[in-house]
Amino acid sequence: MKLKGVYIAFFAIISGFLAGCELLVLDPKGPQADKLANVIWISIITMIVVTIVVLVMLTIILFKYRASKQDPDYKPPHIEGNKYVEIIIVGVPILIVAFLSVVSVISVHQVETAPEGYETDEPLVIYASSSNWKWHFSYPEQDIETVNYVFIPTNQNVEFRLYSHGTISSFWIPQLAGQKYAMSDMTNYLNIVAEEPGEYFGRNANFNGEGFAENEFNVTALPADEFDSWIEDIQNTAEPLTEEKFEELLEPGHLGHMTFTGTHQDFMPAPEGENSPHNHGKSDSEDDSGHPH
Amino acid sequence: MDFSDRFSIPPHDDPMLYASIVAIVLTSIAIVVGVTYFKKWGYLWNNWLTTVDHKRIGIMYIISALLMLFRGGADAVMMRLQTAVPDNTFLDAQHYNEVFTTHGVVMIFFMAMAFIIGMMNFVVPLQIGARDVAFPRLNALSFWLYFTGAMLLNLSFVVGGSPDAGWTNYYPMAGPEFSQHVGVNYYNWALQISGIGTLMTGINFIATIIKMRAPGMKLMKMPIFIWAALITNLMIVLAFPVLTIALLMGTLDRQFLTNFFTTSDGGMDMMWANLFWVWGHPEVYILIIPAFGIYSTIIAAFSERNLYGYTSMVASILAISALSFLVWVHHFFTMGQGALTNSIFSITTMLIAVPTGIKIFNWLLTMWKGKIRFATPMLYSIAFIPLFTIGGSTGVMLGMASADYQYHNTLFLVAHFHNVIIPGVVFAMIAGLIFYWPKMFGFMLNERIGKWAFWNITIGFCLAFFPMYFTGLNGQARRMYTYSEATGFSTLSMISFIGTLLLAVGFVFLVYNIFYSYRHAPRNIGGDPWNARTLEWATHSPVPEYNFAISPTVHSEEAFWDYKENDYELFKGKVEDIHMPNNSGWSIIFAGFFFAFGFFFIFHVWVGVIIAFLGIIGCLIYRSFEKDDGHHIHKEEIEATEKELGGAK
Repeated sequence: MKLKGVYIAFFAIISGFLAGCELLVLDPKGPQADKLANVIWISIITMIVVTIVVLVMLTIILFKYRASKQDPDYKPPHIEGNKYVEIIIVGVPILIVAFLSVVSVISVHQVETAPEGYETDEPLVIYASSSNWKWHFSYPEQDIETVNYVFIPTNQNVEFRLYSHGTISSFWIPQLAGQKYAMSDMTNYLNIVAEEPGEYFGRNANFNGEGFAENEFNVTALPADEFDSWIEDIQNTAEPLTEEKFEELLEPGHLGHMTFTGTHQDFMPAPEGENSPHNHGKSDSEDDSGHPH
Repeated sequence: MDFSDRFSIPPHDDPMLYASIVAIVLTSIAIVVGVTYFKKWGYLWNNWLTTVDHKRIGIMYIISALLMLFRGGADAVMMRLQTAVPDNTFLDAQHYNEVFTTHGVVMIFFMAMAFIIGMMNFVVPLQIGARDVAFPRLNALSFWLYFTGAMLLNLSFVVGGSPDAGWTNYYPMAGPEFSQHVGVNYYNWALQISGIGTLMTGINFIATIIKMRAPGMKLMKMPIFIWAALITNLMIVLAFPVLTIALLMGTLDRQFLTNFFTTSDGGMDMMWANLFWVWGHPEVYILIIPAFGIYSTIIAAFSERNLYGYTSMVASILAISALSFLVWVHHFFTMGQGALTNSIFSITTMLIAVPTGIKIFNWLLTMWKGKIRFATPMLYSIAFIPLFTIGGSTGVMLGMASADYQYHNTLFLVAHFHNVIIPGVVFAMIAGLIFYWPKMFGFMLNERIGKWAFWNITIGFCLAFFPMYFTGLNGQARRMYTYSEATGFSTLSMISFIGTLLLAVGFVFLVYNIFYSYRHAPRNIGGDPWNARTLEWATHSPVPEYNFAISPTVHSEEAFWDYKENDYELFKGKVEDIHMPNNSGWSIIFAGFFFAFGFFFIFHVWVGVIIAFLGIIGCLIYRSFEKDDGHHIHKEEIEATEKELGGAK
């Protein structure tokens, strides 16, 4: 059967690629992305086994029961379901799904909190807000702001607080962590640790209009001391960010990398706590401002 | 924006748009001249445009679906051409955004939906031994409303500008703050109008299947495709009102400046995403469940076996349809709703793999001990099994909420849903079309050309979409109109483009096959050319207007097979006068007013809206007082027809 050859060839190609390529998502540089890469590998292997079982069964059946091989007088039997066969074909998928569910639930809880070993650290807070088609990074503690690039210290839990000045975008640094949406009326929280110094690719993954393709940013992870001197450097050299200047930056378009002292949080705070648009007064502000950690 | 600017023809200064306008005008002139020259206006009006016959309506749906397949397919080729090499300038960002939005909308709403509804129209009444659907006039109206929606959307390409916010049309990007041109208005109204048609189809088919089955066809003796159709239509009736309301809210936001989905004054952009997918996820299963029904029918027929595990097949369809309403959050695990919510929806999502797995094994066991013939419909069904298993597997991978943070919005996702929709839905529709072609037109499609098409489509599919799994894992987001050389996406993107071309060649073979077979295929093929098992094969090919001269009496889900093999008496009784509904031009006129209503609404031309609305009300009033008792086909006439077609069965 020609079919068989074709599919075997495809599988060879697929496994070849998986083994040979350094795909970003499967080349993690921090504990969060590492967890996700493990989950992905577990699911890939499970699913390859399932697919191979189906393929082998199909191939054998097609080969054995094809009309050209059979007696022209052969009358296939009438077969209703069989209780034991059905228990197997229900049971096996349930076991597989149960296994993957456990993996999924455990891992989703892990990546939604600070990574192991960094739980007790005071996180470095960076607000990452998107506007068409840029990323603004505010460091409230350090009182500086950058556009389209972000420096983070290595081996330190960084809490990105994500929101948008307009369209929904999705904050993604494939080698460090999975995506999370940045939206205009609530703030999302994403914990990231980079364990290796280096430059990482980051982008908005959620389509948001004409400038979407170029809606990227750079992440640079530095050892703590270099990070501190970078901060100091900027505090000494950069221009202050004014409200007028920030309004200008929000205009749709692309900007290169920019650096400022001061942050826009002072005059245009993130939609969290009492600044959330869905915060309707004091009585329920507890629920609305509830910080997830 | 100035009033006249909205009407700009074409919306952008682009030589390709001018070329399309010329092509559209020339094609329209050619059609009008051709029909006039061959004096076919009367034939077209009397036999097709005004018909209430479920078979002809089904065929019109399928022809429209094929046209839309080529429209959406041309978009696909343009997209893959644009991304075949890095930094390509064939399309600019805005044009690319319009193209992928149109591709998605056309393929889901106007190709796949039309194809499954067309297939259900043709097959359901025949397979339950009925003479038509429960409400034939409503059925014609459903078709014309769908057609109106399709034409409105296609008009956007040349008048005013296409929607450009993706087929998911997320707010606030699609809202008045960020999208000022009329594109999204077209989206709202085209889908609203065709959605009304779909909703009426749902009601119509539920009534048909509940009330009009042949004597003896108890629920658990219905052929599996009928079960699939029944559940699908129930899902339509449950899911489509959500889309209707969401589209209405979007329309109010865009055209009357309300704040449902805006970023200010309490608007919630995420509410659109929720409403869209509360409809959108069941929609995916609305497409795939009839496809499962077709595969079950074809695999049983070409294995010469009864369907293995009929009861568990029915149960798994029910389970899939119920679960499909409980998984919508998996389309935005990354929205930040927290680990607990994501865990719950992750589990419900993966649970769908259980009933789907049951179906895969049942198909395999149907072939087991069978006598498998490799006719083209069967080839598609066989290719479906491993390809759908891969697509389903990557679906489970996507369903793992944590890992989805890495797959979301990437080409991995794009590869996945094409991997389920093409081998799942599109292969089923092609297989079904080839399978039912003799029943529709009285001749078979050529097998040799059919196999050429099959291999091109299958290999083209694999080449086009498997590479996307890898570029997705390598960080390529979907909907990017270009990428740089440094990303390393170029080799795989080029392979993907080549695959797209093979797919296109396959579809050309498919069309050429229709042309070739029309000219060369023999016409005396009898009622049952495939040696199939269900009732539709018990009547003539092509099927006479009244379907069955004598209504069949049924005792099992494969009554026709028992009639052939086990001397079961299918037709008890004798020929009598048959009561049939009259043709009517009312539906097409009604839909015409809807077209005007939609068009004027899109452009805020309120005088036009009011006039069209009065027309719609007028049509409803006319229909309310119209006396139409249908007509009878007399016994003698039926006997003469039956004799001519080869004797009553």
